[in-house]
Amino acid sequence: MRHHSVLRASAKILIPPILLFALYVQFHGDFGPGGGFQAGVIFAVAFILYALVFGLEKARRVAPPAVTHSLSALGVMIYAGVGFENVLSGGNFLEYNVMAHEHHTAQHLGIFLVEMGVGITVCAVMITIFFSFAGRGR
Amino acid sequence: MIADQLPALQVALPLIAAPFCVFLRRPLPAWGWAMAVTMACLGMAISLLLAVLHGGPISYHVGDWDPPWGIELRVDMLTAFVLVLVSGIGALVMAYARESVRAEIPSERHALFYAMYLLCLTGLLGMTITGDAFNLFVFLEISSLSTYAMVGLGKGRQALLAAYNYLILGTVGATFYVLGVGLLYMITGTLNMADLAERLPAVANTRTFVAAAGFLAVGLSLKLALFPLHKWLPPAYAHAPSVVTAFLASTATKVSLYVLIRIFVEVLAPAFRAAHLPGPLSEGDVVTILALVAMFSGSFVAIFQADAKRMLAYSSVAQIGYMVLGVSMLTVTGLSAGLVHMFNHAIIKATLFLAVGCVFLRIGSVQVKDMAGLGKRMPLTMAAFVLGGLSLIGIPGTGGFVSKWQLVMGAFEKGWWWAALLIGLSSLLAVVYVWKVVEVAYFKPAPKDAPPVKEAPISMLVPLALIALCNLFFGLQTDWSLGVARAAAASLLGGGTP
Repeated sequence: MRHHSVLRASAKILIPPILLFALYVQFHGDFGPGGGFQAGVIFAVAFILYALVFGLEKARRVAPPAVTHSLSALGVMIYAGVGFENVLSGGNFLEYNVMAHEHHTAQHLGIFLVEMGVGITVCAVMITIFFSFAGRGR
Repeated sequence: MIADQLPALQVALPLIAAPFCVFLRRPLPAWGWAMAVTMACLGMAISLLLAVLHGGPISYHVGDWDPPWGIELRVDMLTAFVLVLVSGIGALVMAYARESVRAEIPSERHALFYAMYLLCLTGLLGMTITGDAFNLFVFLEISSLSTYAMVGLGKGRQALLAAYNYLILGTVGATFYVLGVGLLYMITGTLNMADLAERLPAVANTRTFVAAAGFLAVGLSLKLALFPLHKWLPPAYAHAPSVVTAFLASTATKVSLYVLIRIFVEVLAPAFRAAHLPGPLSEGDVVTILALVAMFSGSFVAIFQADAKRMLAYSSVAQIGYMVLGVSMLTVTGLSAGLVHMFNHAIIKATLFLAVGCVFLRIGSVQVKDMAGLGKRMPLTMAAFVLGGLSLIGIPGTGGFVSKWQLVMGAFEKGWWWAALLIGLSSLLAVVYVWKVVEVAYFKPAPKDAPPVKEAPISMLVPLALIALCNLFFGLQTDWSLGVARAAAASLLGGGTP
């Protein structure tokens, strides 16, 4: 891909907006269409595009396997951790109401954290899947 | 306070514990952590069983959303019974796993393996405990996806192929299940199982309902490996690591059977009665015939297997036939026979597969012909195998006898003397394949040039001995197995079934 300067330039232009759009889908997910899963996939697309254009080795340096593995585990922990926090505060599992005094704030906070967990795990797993497929036979 | 949260913690603890395994990275801490978690799960399951025995069914509302809108976790006698079974086998196999996993799986993958194991346990416990038909699908996928990964960790390329086949068929099964649930949701607008059971009779005369029942039956039969949808099972069991085979054989198909009973006996049966449709599990029905064919074809094919794991896998197909036969009788005796056989067969197959795992560790093969002289060289392992084998055949004094006796009683009660005869005949086929192993292990001397073989390490022998003795224990003490199964069957069939 070294000689495809159009591709390289357009990838460089596209990657930041893709990342930004992913964050928008993530954080706007509780008001509009979107949410953790979609955001995670879009965020991962930026890494996949980078890997396609600039090569797997460079992409691996940005997102080393140790980091993506840990992140995929971290997301699940955030999700289940919210549930455990609710139980410890005296509510039922995933009963967000106990997280704050005001009902709406509590629900918002709970959904926000859970979706963040989902987004992190989905993004990390997508990157891992792509890297392991792309890295086969090397 | 914490006692009220047990239903959620039963599922959430292994879920949050699984990613910790990934962070622990090193094999030994990951194993220790997983061991502690599975023991805690067993403790919670036992206390749930005690709570249900004393205080009746428990309903837990996730996120404090009331059912039928929110997800309900529901623990009744049958749920608690299956929870104890699954988490008990989970803890026992985990205790055994350390040495076996060290020998069969590359060490950099151990932590991931234990994480998968805990996720699989999460899925199975969740499928058991949930009272929501769609939530059940989510847990089904959690357990299935982790299972595919664990099967694929087996040695050799064939393990990958087996995992891939299982993935395709398992996904078809899960998709059929969710299609069925979707159709039910379309005509009732609810996903809560108890709510579905109440609303379905009013709409049972629609084609949508019949289509939903069909999708559910095929999807669950695929996950259950009921003949003729069992083709994924033997390769998956034969090529998976020993620990995985033992765990799956004694939990995954059992939970699928439990779900089949939940959906068909509890959720759909009232609607079938209201519409005067022939029940999906009723006498003379196709399910009974499939169960009988499974009993014979499974056992018959098992006789000709040279690989001990594959042989036991085909035997599992046959044993699933016994369970489904009992369930298809739809009487208290028949259903309790199916349930108690589910329990006893879990113990039997755990014993047999764990024993074969010990053999694999020491001689590096599970071919029956390579087991020559093992009766002398690995006396304890082979003794456990024989005990499991006797229970599989159904010798009096073992757990297998209790369930087969109950099954024969159920058949006579229905006037199905031919079924009783066929149960006896197919048990004779079990004698043939168990004897094949016993003959080679005890009566054929080891070849002269065979390398010396030690007995399996103590950390594997203790769980093996424990589960082997369970075969005897539940053959003599039937209150905890048959008693609970009978009470569960009576409460399931409570309303007006013949």
